[in-house]
Amino acid sequence: MRKTVIPFGPQHPVLPEPIHLKLTIEDERITEAVPALGYVHRGLERLADVRDYHQMIQVVERVCGICSMIHAACYCQGVEEIMGVEVPPRANYLRVMWSELHRIQSHLLWMGLFADSFGFESVFMQFWRIRERIMDISEATTGNRVIVSVNVIGGVRRNPDAEQLRWVLNQLDWVEEEFRRLEATMLEDYTVKKRTVGKGVLSKAQAYELGAAGPTLRGSGVAQDARQIGYAAYGELYFEPVVETDGDCYARSKVRFRETLASIDLIRRAINRLPDGEVRTKLKGKDNPVGETVTRVEQPRGELLYYLKGKGEKTLDRVRIRTPTFANLPPLLVMLPGMYLSDVPVVTLSIDPCISCTER
Amino acid sequence: MREAIIPVQADALVGEAAKLKVQGYRLVTLSCTELDETSIDILYHFDKDLALKHLRLTARKGEPVPSISPVYFAALLVENEIQDFFGLAFEGLAVDFKGMLYLEEEAIKTPYCRFSLRRPATAADGENSAEDAGAQGAAPADDGASQSTDIPAAK
Repeated sequence: MRKTVIPFGPQHPVLPEPIHLKLTIEDERITEAVPALGYVHRGLERLADVRDYHQMIQVVERVCGICSMIHAACYCQGVEEIMGVEVPPRANYLRVMWSELHRIQSHLLWMGLFADSFGFESVFMQFWRIRERIMDISEATTGNRVIVSVNVIGGVRRNPDAEQLRWVLNQLDWVEEEFRRLEATMLEDYTVKKRTVGKGVLSKAQAYELGAAGPTLRGSGVAQDARQIGYAAYGELYFEPVVETDGDCYARSKVRFRETLASIDLIRRAINRLPDGEVRTKLKGKDNPVGETVTRVEQPRGELLYYLKGKGEKTLDRVRIRTPTFANLPPLLVMLPGMYLSDVPVVTLSIDPCISCTER
Repeated sequence: MREAIIPVQADALVGEAAKLKVQGYRLVTLSCTELDETSIDILYHFDKDLALKHLRLTARKGEPVPSISPVYFAALLVENEIQDFFGLAFEGLAVDFKGMLYLEEEAIKTPYCRFSLRRPATAADGENSAEDAGAQGAAPADDGASQSTDIPAAK
């Protein structure tokens, strides 16, 4: 049969960010997908040459707006490890709280976009309406809605008081109630299932071998979540990864739906167990970072890895960032062949692609 | 670094990666750092049950490095990224973007090197050469202190 090559992206109604896929199709089915990157590459890693290791926090926060807090937490965690800085327990719990708030708003954003990808615009609006309340919580506790800038080397710069934390818990009750109202629509609706069940299937073996991360990995039955490492205060909070086994778009959306509820639960437990005390360790007298480390955290889209290397100077020798979407692109190239062209937007969005992260 | 780092030579790299795959490790990523004018450090990060293992290869600039993408398909994007940013050439890449995954033909130097390498000439040679494009300001930002040497073309 005659082959046709169709460009998907970089500008496409379903894509929030620019990525280009060169799709080879026979009849209506995809036979091959090849990505092209570079539309939003900014060279942020290279800025480590000219920004000192404190200033780099502001740089890594801008790798991605949706998970800026988690980028900064991962970076700070790595520098703290190299420098031997102990973070106060309260700061670790607050990092969990803000990380999970970021996860919730990211998943809500994705669920809206995902619904929009198959034309369910009222669900898109409902998820984003709920997300606004999470943004309000971020603003109230950090001063900012998107790039919250709370992390510093040695802890966090904000310390919410008991009244603020009670207000957060009240807001989360409202968020959970409203979110659960959408469960039947998102997980049981005929149209949603018709567009997602059996689409873009990635087997457990493929997901593992291709290096998938986050909900893409767990939606295929691999129970791996970087939070299991126990960084920050996760080791003191009971936590189990959310896993589904079907490996299709529906399974990945179900993982994100259940993870949102798990994150609400984690925030409640973190606040209820929040220790008193300082939120920041002073670095006075500490030398500049010397040595190298690899540190990992769990972003909404999956495992985030930072490789950091310091030579005792104000600037780091190397800041290398491996983001989860970068890890999920090879699995996407395996998911697409065999799909109808009309399923490409849904399958592509099912990995929750963040190109800003990917290209840095 | 908390985890052990295993040094590896270029000729043994693919074999070591294959052994790790048999042991159930998945590839997380590669981290590349320029060491000096002549050498580049590549760390290969593998993971099994959330425990990391690293292989370290010190490569010489201008000499090809074997690709592990035939063993770990997941390596293909990051190896192409290193070709763009550090000018290393990977042999046997599953899909080779030939130094143009992110960069355009006009980029004449390897942007992540302090001792910058001149990227291989491309199809733009002739009527609109890469050097001409650089002279017009299309090249990536340089820190002014970098030096430049020629490297052979990526395979």
